Parts: sequence; structure tokens; C-alpha cells
Amino acid sequence: MNGYTPQADFGTPEVSADTVVTLTIDGRAVTVPAGSSVMRAAAECGGSIPKLCASDNLAAFGSCRLCLVEVEGMRGTPASCTTPAADGMVVHTQTPRLQKLRRGVMELYISDHPLDCLTCSANNDCELQDQAAAVGLRDVRYGYEGASHLGAEADTSNPYFDFDPSKCIVCSRCVRACDEVQGTFALTIDGRGFASQVSAGQAGDDFLSSECVSCGACVQACPTATLQEKAVKQIGLPERAVVTTCAYCGVGCTFRAEMRGQQLVRMVPWKDGKANRGHSCVKGRFAWGYAHHQDRITSPMIRDSVDQPWRIVGWDEALDYTASKLAAIKAQHGARALGGITSSRCTNEETFLVQKLVRAGFGSNNVDTCARVCHSPTGYGLKTTFGTSAGTQDFDSVMDADVIMVIGANPTDAHPVFASRMKRRLRKGAKLIVIDPRRIDLVHSPHVEAAHHLALQPGTNVAVLTALAHVIVSEGLADEAFIRERCDWDEYQDWARFVADARHSPEALEPVTRVPAGELRAAARLFATGGNGAIYYGLGVTEHSQGSSTVMAIANLAMATGNIGRRGVGVNPLRGQNNVQGACDMGSFPHELSGYRHISDAGVRALFEGDWGVTLDPEPGLRIPNMLDAALDGSFRALYIQGEDILQSDPNTHHVAAGLAAMELVIVHDLFLNETANYAHVFLPGSTFLEKNGTFTNAERRIQPVRKVMEPANGLEDWQVTQALANALGLDWNYTHPSEILDEIARLTPTFAGVSWERLELDGSLQWPVNADHPDGSPIMHEAGFVRGKGKFVVTDYVPTDEKTGPRFPLLLTTGRILSQYNVGAQTRRTANSIWHGEDVLEIHASDAENRGIGDGDWVRLTSRTGETTLRADVTDRVAPGVVYTTFHHPATQANVVTTEYSDWATNCPEYKVTAVQVSLSNGPSEWQEEYADLTARARRIAAEAAE
Amino acid sequence: MEIERLVYMANQIGRNLATEDNPAAATADHIRLFWDPRMKAAIAAHFVAGGEGLDAVVRDALTGS
Repeated sequence: MNGYTPQADFGTPEVSADTVVTLTIDGRAVTVPAGSSVMRAAAECGGSIPKLCASDNLAAFGSCRLCLVEVEGMRGTPASCTTPAADGMVVHTQTPRLQKLRRGVMELYISDHPLDCLTCSANNDCELQDQAAAVGLRDVRYGYEGASHLGAEADTSNPYFDFDPSKCIVCSRCVRACDEVQGTFALTIDGRGFASQVSAGQAGDDFLSSECVSCGACVQACPTATLQEKAVKQIGLPERAVVTTCAYCGVGCTFRAEMRGQQLVRMVPWKDGKANRGHSCVKGRFAWGYAHHQDRITSPMIRDSVDQPWRIVGWDEALDYTASKLAAIKAQHGARALGGITSSRCTNEETFLVQKLVRAGFGSNNVDTCARVCHSPTGYGLKTTFGTSAGTQDFDSVMDADVIMVIGANPTDAHPVFASRMKRRLRKGAKLIVIDPRRIDLVHSPHVEAAHHLALQPGTNVAVLTALAHVIVSEGLADEAFIRERCDWDEYQDWARFVADARHSPEALEPVTRVPAGELRAAARLFATGGNGAIYYGLGVTEHSQGSSTVMAIANLAMATGNIGRRGVGVNPLRGQNNVQGACDMGSFPHELSGYRHISDAGVRALFEGDWGVTLDPEPGLRIPNMLDAALDGSFRALYIQGEDILQSDPNTHHVAAGLAAMELVIVHDLFLNETANYAHVFLPGSTFLEKNGTFTNAERRIQPVRKVMEPANGLEDWQVTQALANALGLDWNYTHPSEILDEIARLTPTFAGVSWERLELDGSLQWPVNADHPDGSPIMHEAGFVRGKGKFVVTDYVPTDEKTGPRFPLLLTTGRILSQYNVGAQTRRTANSIWHGEDVLEIHASDAENRGIGDGDWVRLTSRTGETTLRADVTDRVAPGVVYTTFHHPATQANVVTTEYSDWATNCPEYKVTAVQVSLSNGPSEWQEEYADLTARARRIAAEAAE
Repeated sequence: MEIERLVYMANQIGRNLATEDNPAAATADHIRLFWDPRMKAAIAAHFVAGGEGLDAVVRDALTGS
């Protein structure tokens, strides 16, 4: 196919070994790491041994009998996939005997395979077809009249791929991919001998009703059209492929966008991707249909007030209108009345430009980003303790961990591809400690069982971590040698005295944390003595009134046990959105410029002022919640929001709505008329990740290219829109490609000094810091010493949240995510993923449900002191009595109507994880839901439609 | 800016920095580094006007501002 090359497959996995062996294959000498298979060795030297059941992301299976070889001095014809290469071995892969055997094997396969190649969706992309040609198959002596599977019915239940058992050769690659790569164990081979067939789940299940998570690993592994993307059937095979980076979670999977003209056929995980190593999840693999969804707006629109319908205008009119409004507000109310929000879904270059527009164009530091509501405490906590605002490891590091502690994170749902890596390590024997109010899937899933699940009371993270530290210090389990060498010893002693105090013992804190003291002590001992200890955490850590304290407590724990600065250990924030790390790196916070340098630093300011030709405000700007507060008092009046939906994502929806409604000018730059756009005066259409060039930075600090695979539907990439707005304001920006913005970032940001588009093209990706000290990047940080010099122990006293339960609101609500939906759902709700999660539901324990007369599936009213909504109940023991849980993916539910304005003391990150609520049976939507539905219908009118 | 909200924020900072060697200085430093000028001005004005609701450590922090 023109421009399309399948990904190389070496047959069996790459082996890492200290020694090598040299063998001869078909007369050619080849040297490979000891332990490599003969098949791998042959592929390494450019040879190709026929195969069907082998793939280099799966353990050798030795089933298909097609890869037979002859080895001098060895009897028979061993399978090359299961035969280890040995020194001096002489191998022949093409002999008359082997050809005869292989043809015989292939005849058997083909005798039970439909001969419909010309009309098959995999025609020209089928390994069975390729191997039939490779072995020289010319006829099938057995005929086609005998028993066969050709009449087997296809399973089309999955929205993204079909399973056609009539084409199955029972090579087990799909089953093994589900087991070894994904770790779900949803598939099996049912039956024996001729009756063997691939089966999803239990008898009677189809793919949709089974435990399959639609990661696509089985589809990728299938050598025939048995498991095939529906899109390939509809569109045809791709004709070119472009490597790019996924725009969903912070794992940052690399994909090949496989195209047919301007049409995306499929996203296939790239095997050379260093974050995902060839794996994917249901979102990145399949849920890209939103890019051409009918709801997408591709023309600019304006209106003078939000009660008017939108008016479609050209770019010039929209930008002139916006610029004149901004200028007028600035003239009347000053620069500090203007601000902007950068997007964690946009590229580094786009984010950098938005914050530059705010600082250099608007003239204020009122710029913030959605990390405010997720990982801002990570930035504060890790900068304070280690000296830099980022995780310490690469994802590969988990394969060297002996004890994995997961705190307030649900990787199988929120970071599924990394979760599969973690599960692979756990299946090999690493121990798992889960600290979470809910029984997340990792606690108990196929072949994974947590050694300890500390099901703490929401809001008591700091108390639990202090209790863990208490055990480690008081039982003499701290790594004093590490601490003396790498940390400030005096600060450690202060901290050690604090945590060793009897009031911080697990027993003393058990009434607060509700974690059994014995279980907690055992977990502490395991973490301190079990070998390499790695901590992974998520928003269950940060989204609390003590989010920053919890991050610092985690850092304390890692330092106290010497678990920093090498593979297999570390402190690893699992970032929510694809470019949260990058948005933070790019200077999106109101108090700091790119590279986490404070705006009050005159030297740093001078660097930017010299480059940009402006004078910068030396004072920190407003954070998002402060912007909304200031809007209500009239001192903040205009907001440019790129790629975020704060009305749905931020806490206390009523307050957010009031703040937005109070502004004179709200500019929404997005793909869709999102919830925030209900209060907007200007809508600037955005471009998807498929339509732009740039870079994303994932949770392991890996900077990866995003490559344009199709032209923007709106005509402009997002950085071009921001540049056009800047120029309408009188700035003189002339970037012609994001690489030029990246050069500016590198010029102004020491940790990015060695990053360029050319380097990324060459290396594929780079992990910052990339500079003179780390020319090839930094997979592991703090190896020789902490960025700040000595690691800083910070005393983190437990301060209970002010959000209290009581007679009116006796339950604690905690919120989170689900696998098939992403953040506010703007993208995933516009895909077939909604088949798995069409609405938010409320998890409630059976005892709490029983007390309220609530049955599974009943409509219930969820009420807090800030608001109420209704949704269906899911009665479960996944949550503890007294705790309820829901997601925030659907605006019709709008879980944030209920959440409060309590926030982290250091960063104002909202306390989404603790809201006192009451739950009762409901017979209809809440008053707010009805009002909001009306408001949305009015706010989304577009003039042409309104005139009809 | 709604002063009750700022008072709450300032007190929360003070409570969480209570274990610092000099909690008042740490609180003052935090406000200096992270608050917008209008927020600083509003809390300072509130303090001058009597500082209702402010914890002692925050009052000490604002004394030097």
C-alpha cells in the first residue's frame, strides 16, 4: 500500500541480558542477547520465519507449528519461537522439509477458513494471507466439504470492533493479549480440539456484556479479520500512517493515526511509544469520533449578551470585536480586570502562547489552568520538598518496583494503559498497598490482590500518612544513611520527633481515619522493608483541603525510606489530562513563569521582558476561583478560556455561573458549545489534536510530538487563533509553525533548553530536564541529589476539613472518573463510549440505601449545602457505609452543583473528594436541573436557526 | 472581594503553617507569594479596620505587611 507500512513484528519479546550469544541462521552470523528466541534472532538479522501465533508483545506460545526450523545437531524441527538461541547454533529456516511441513500446516488452517479474500475487510492486511503466500500454498488437499466453523455467527455487539469466529484460526493471540498486555483476562479458549473457540466472558456473554474493556489489544493482535475495527470495514484499509500523541489522559500514549486520504481509519498504538509500549485503552484507541461530531462548531460566533442567539461571523469580525471589547475594558478598569485560562488539552506551544497573551498582551498575571482543580498541590508540594514540580520516574520504572503504594488514584479507570503495566509487575510478584476510601478494581482483580487496602475515611489522608511515618520512625525502619546523605538532617529530626509522637500512632488515629491500626502498621512495615517502594497517587490526594500537605507527606515518606533517585522507586503523580504537566511547565499559574520561576524574581522577569519587549507585572495574578470571586465584586471583567469547561468541571456550579454571568466579556475557544459557553459572548472554534502540530508533556515529563494528520475543520490551529487575537490587540506575533514557539520556550526555560522540534523528530520524545547537564533528558530525577539541594522534610500536621457531616448531611460524597468517559465528557460523550456510561450514577452502600428505602437503579436526590441534583442509585459494597461516590462526566447531572468551595489551603485546589450530603428518593429532576436545561436550550441558539 | 472568603483563606493558611518555626512569617510569605494585589489590599484593609474573624497568627502575619 502506498505510504503504509505495518509495524515491524520480531515474533517474540526483546530480551535484556548482560551476555550475548552468536549463532548462524541461513548462513548469516547473528549476535543477540542470551535468552532471545531463534525467531527473534532471525528477525534481528533481517530474516523472516513464517509465523501465526507469535507476536513480539506476547510470550512465545509454540502453537501454530508454522515457525518450525532445523537446527544442526538437534533432532526434529523445533518451533523457533520457543527455542532459545545458543552460542554456535546453526539454524536453517528454509529447507524442502520445512516447506513441506509448513504447507501441510497451512492447508489445515485454510481448510476451515472462508475463501473470501477479495471481499474480506483485511484483504492485503492479513497475516494468514501473507503466510499462505510465504509457504507457497497452492491447493488444499482436504477439500472444504467437512465440518467447519464457516457458518459461525459474528458478534457485532461492541461499538468499535466485530468478532467473526468463522475467520478465527484459534492462535490464542487475542486471549494472550488480553491476559499479558491488558491484564483483564476477559477472553478464553472455550472447548477442546475442533470445538475450540474464542469466548468473551461466561457462556451467554458477548463482547459487550463480558468483562472486556475494549482496549483493542485483541484486535491489534489478531492475524486475520476475526477481530476487526468496524471503521476498517466501513472505510477500507489505511493508506498512510502518522505517528502522534493521544489527547486523553496523562499517560500520553503514542499512536499511529492510520489514514485514508483526510479520513482517519483507526488509531493503532505505536509499538515504539515509550509511554505506552504499544498498548492502548478504549478512549485513545477508539473514542476519536468527536472530532467530526455534528455538534462541532467550526465558525466564530459573537453576541452582545448571553440572552441573545449566537451570530455566525468571519474570523476578522470576531477577532476585531473581541479585541475592541478587551481594549475598552482594560482602558476603563485596568489590566488586572482581564485574564485567561490555558488548557491542559492543548499543546505546550498553545498553552505558552495563551499565558504570553495574558501577561504581555492583557498586561496582567491573571492566567490559570485546569491544574488548579487537579494537580496544583503536586506543584506546590513537590517543589517545596524536592525542588521541582514533577514526578520523579518514567513509567518503565514500575517494572523494578517491589512494593507499589497507590494513594487516591484509580489507574485502571483513569490511567488504564499504565495500570496494565502496573498489573503486569504485580503479577510478577510486587506487593500492592492501596489507600482509598473505595475498593478500586486494583484491590481485587484477576491475578492481582492488594496486600493491604487501607479504606480510610475521606479527608484523612494526612493522618494516615503521618501514622505510616510514625510506624517507620518509631520502629527504626527509616533509611538513615540515605537521609543523612541526601536530606537536611536537622529538618528530618524535627519531622521524626513530630511523627513519632504518640498522638500520631495508628492506634491513636484510628478513630479519625477508620483504618484498623494493625493493618496500617503492617502496610508501613511492608513499604519500609519490602525492597524498592514506589508511590503512585492521583486526585484523591490533591483534591482536599490538605492536598498540598498530603503531597508533602508522601514526599516525606519516600525520603524517609530512601525511595528516591533510582529505578523502581519514587513519587509519581498520575496526571489527569493529557497535558496537565505541560500546561504547568509552560507558566500557566498566575504566580510563575515557565519552568516554575516566580513572577516576583526580577532576574527571571527581565529575561522574559527582554525577549517579549514588554514590562511584566511583578505581582501574582488571580487563580480561577479568585477570578470568579473578583468578577462578583466587579474588579475582574473579561476572561479568555481555551479548551476548558469550568462551569462543569469547577466546584459549586452556582458560584461559577454567577461569576461568569457577572463578566462583561467571556471568550470561549473550544470545539463545542460547552457548558461555559452558555455564559460566553465570543465563541472561537478550536481544532482537535488531529488537526494541529505541537507537543504534549505526559505525567513522566515526557515531551512528545503531536502531528497534524488532517486540516483543521475551522481553518486554523489553536495557536494560530491565539496569535490572531494577539495581533488584533496590537501585538506583532509572526510564528509560522509551533516549532518556533518551542524554540522560544527552550530559549526562556532552562529545563527545556535542549528541546527542539528537530530533536523530537530524531529522538521520538524527551523527558525534561533536557539541558547541558542532561543532554538526553532525565527518565529518573534526583539521582545524584535533589534539585533543591537537600531534600526537605516538612512537618504536615493533620488539620480536619471544615466540611462536616451532621444531621442534615450525614453522608460524605467523593467524586471520580470512569474508564469510558473523560473529564467533563465533552469528547467521550460524543462517541460510542456512552454505551458503557450514559449517565452519572451514585454509588451507595447497601446499608445506607436500605435505611433510606433506596433500591438499585432508583432515582435519588443528592443534596448538599450548596445545591442538589438527581441521578440513579447504584447499590454496592464498593464504598463503605457513610460514603457515596459519583462521577462528573455528564452536564445533565452536574455533580459539581453539589460540591463546595472548600479548597486546599496552599493552592485553592477544590475539595472535590469531601462533601457532606444527604441522599433521598426522588420522583423527578431537581429545580436546578430543569432551569439549567431551559437555560442551555436558550443559550445555544444560533441566529440562523432562531430565524427559522 | 468577599472579605469572609479571604479571612477564611488566610486563617486556613495560618492553621496549616502552624508547625513552621515562625508561623506568622510563613503565613505572610505565603500570602505575598500567591495572592493577587487586590486580595492582599482587601485583607490588609480588613485587618486595619479591626480584622474581625482573623486568627492570631494571621494578625501577626499582617502586622508587618
